[in-house]
Amino acid sequence: MNISELKSKHKPLKQMTYEPKELYRGYTDRTLYINLDTNDVMIKPVPARMKEKFIGGKGYGLRLLWDATKPETKWNDNENEIVISPGPICGITQYAGAGKSLVVAISPITDIVIDSNVGGFFGPFLKFSGFDALELQGKAKNDVIIVIDGTKNTVSIEEAPAEEIDSHILAEQLTEMYSDSTDPRDMKNISVISAGHAADHTMIGMLNFSWFDIKRKKCRLKQAGRGGIGTVFRNKKIKAVVVKSAGVTQDPNHVANMEAIKERGARFAREMKELDPHQCRMKQEGTAHLVNIMNDYNLLPTHNFKFGSHKNADALHSRVWNKKFTQGMNDGCWIGCTMNCAKAVDNFVLKSGPYKGQSVIVDGPEYETAAGVGSNMGIFDADTVIELNFYCDTYGIDTISFGTMTAFAMECFENGIITKEHTGGLELKFGNIESALELIHQMARGEGFGKIAGLGVRGMKKYFAEHYGADMNFMNDIGMENKGLEYSQYVSKESLAQQGGYAMTNKGPQHDEAWLIFMDMVNNHIPTFENKAEALHYFPMFRTWFGLMGLCKLPWNDVEPENNAQTDEPAKVPEHVDNYVAIYNAVTGSNIDKHEMIRQSERVYNFQRTFNIRRGYGLRKHDAQPYRAAGPVTVEEYKSLEEFYDKKMKEDIGVDPAGKSVEEKVAITRKYRENRYEQLLDAVYERRGWTKNGVPKIDYMKKIGMDLPEVIEVLSKHQ
Amino acid sequence: MGKITVNGHEIDWNDNMTVRNVLDRMKYSFRMLVIKVNGTIVKREDWETFPVPEGADVKVIHLMSGG
Ligand code: SF4
Repeated sequence: MNISELKSKHKPLKQMTYEPKELYRGYTDRTLYINLDTNDVMIKPVPARMKEKFIGGKGYGLRLLWDATKPETKWNDNENEIVISPGPICGITQYAGAGKSLVVAISPITDIVIDSNVGGFFGPFLKFSGFDALELQGKAKNDVIIVIDGTKNTVSIEEAPAEEIDSHILAEQLTEMYSDSTDPRDMKNISVISAGHAADHTMIGMLNFSWFDIKRKKCRLKQAGRGGIGTVFRNKKIKAVVVKSAGVTQDPNHVANMEAIKERGARFAREMKELDPHQCRMKQEGTAHLVNIMNDYNLLPTHNFKFGSHKNADALHSRVWNKKFTQGMNDGCWIGCTMNCAKAVDNFVLKSGPYKGQSVIVDGPEYETAAGVGSNMGIFDADTVIELNFYCDTYGIDTISFGTMTAFAMECFENGIITKEHTGGLELKFGNIESALELIHQMARGEGFGKIAGLGVRGMKKYFAEHYGADMNFMNDIGMENKGLEYSQYVSKESLAQQGGYAMTNKGPQHDEAWLIFMDMVNNHIPTFENKAEALHYFPMFRTWFGLMGLCKLPWNDVEPENNAQTDEPAKVPEHVDNYVAIYNAVTGSNIDKHEMIRQSERVYNFQRTFNIRRGYGLRKHDAQPYRAAGPVTVEEYKSLEEFYDKKMKEDIGVDPAGKSVEEKVAITRKYRENRYEQLLDAVYERRGWTKNGVPKIDYMKKIGMDLPEVIEVLSKHQ
Repeated sequence: MGKITVNGHEIDWNDNMTVRNVLDRMKYSFRMLVIKVNGTIVKREDWETFPVPEGADVKVIHLMSGG
């Protein structure tokens, strides 16, 4: 069907014309609300207090979601919302990494708030169209497309039965449909949010945010991956949200001081040009440069996080990705990003599934994907990683969760917890490429074992225990989830601080709150509980700030100024922190310093913790980790590093391993490590101003200026 | 056999040991490193040849703080 035929099948449900509003110093001070139960479309002003306390991005998302839902709202209730919010800095083009959106919703796998930070052009275009955030509530009866046209100032809801569901086709169809012409200069003014077939049938659905790549003349996709937001999207029967912008001008945000931003941007661009080739090579390899490094440091998860390295890891080495990625392109996921790390594999010919034989563009793989669908599943084959990456993206599922849950299922299979009888004949052994591919296609079709695996690690544990009588204790030890979210791809066993960086997160174990492994395990810079607690306060707060602003974290520390090592706190990259403070002030006309920056985050971070508590979570017991995140669960794991663990037992625990069986040594190590984690929780809660049960203290909330009545009402029950 | 300390961990020392030998031994393949031997910063261009004496305190600071 051609584009006009597809469009002719649309049935308009609603069209609203709105007053245009230009941005002023990064804000429009209004949000767009759409209800798919009633087809109501509303523009809401942002109250001054909301702006002051919640800043933007994730802050706005949390505020709106709190107000829209009740403590008992479930992910698939009509009132659950998906809120997409860029943030005041989002949309500038003079500093790297300023095109991100933050997406929040009540998650189907965690039953708490999930937040995801995503590139692509949607966030900036939403702002240029006149809105600081978009709220999507209710459920449509049939598949709909929502179109926000910033050129005509209209919002429409249209039933759209004929377009494809899978993202790599749908994004192309809608970009062409809503563009003024097929001229790439027009096509680039469209951005599409979509999911895919597997988001219909699993709990790990994600959202793709598109941008049109003028050089390639193709749509590219960036993912809001974590926590099943794509599942919520499809449950609302949204096929896509389209935004159309009039284009990008020099200063669409109407900032307070453009010269200051340009100066910092030029400085950063120089660092990228001069230093990146010797540092992380982000421009050539993106985050995939990390695979072999993590393998060298025993941090690359292999076989469901049992081990941290593998003899075949060279098959996923950065050299391999360097060759697979198209070089010589400026691959930024927003205009002006001089880091340009959004690498792609062009002309990749698929070997399986409904698109078998077709030549496609694949965005990525990034490190998390290469480790998740590669080493962690025992797959050391770059082309399979690319293929799984493509299908995760177009089917609308999260590569990280897919990797961790499949690895869990594989370990269960190898332990006889599930058999071919349960998997419908799939030989789910580590490294079985055919089975891994078949599993993902089953997820898209909503068939067979794909449907069960699609429940996620927590869902599978429950299912295996209830239906197959599996041992819950063992599954709890090896099932790499916390709060219901699957772990991202770093082995945290030898870094206590990183164990906290994962399991003490608000949303679940994603490394975007804190990545402390080098500081802790390698540099040995934070040896005491107090040191670790300080890091587990500062870094989550600092990194939360990117999500308030609409910024990408990578330009902060994936290239570093030459003199960074000589600064007083190199891990914080002080010069880049100063850039961010200066840019925030230059956009908004404020005058904050680096301390107020942390305070802004503290308010939102603690609001999110309170949000979890309001929903019956967010307490100490919810920060518990699976033991595999902390140490060797099995004899096999212990034996793989026996000399190392024995030495630790002697030096750290003060127990002589001589004459002890491996089982005894596993138990002794476990007791010690579990105890250390509890001590870490105490230290971090203290530093964060929380009670021993992990609840923010009311005095502390007053001190940081977040003692809103509704917050105090929740917290006062837990003091 | 003599020893040196690398980021607080004791390892064996050998004759003619250089900074490069230490990096190889520790499998430190990350590129954003600052190296100090007994408090003196060693420039990248000297890593291959800079001698690490017996008993040295070597700090290999990995700069990236975030995955
Ligand atoms: S650094 Fe990479 S992910 Fe971040 S905005 Fe730039 S291109 Fe996108």
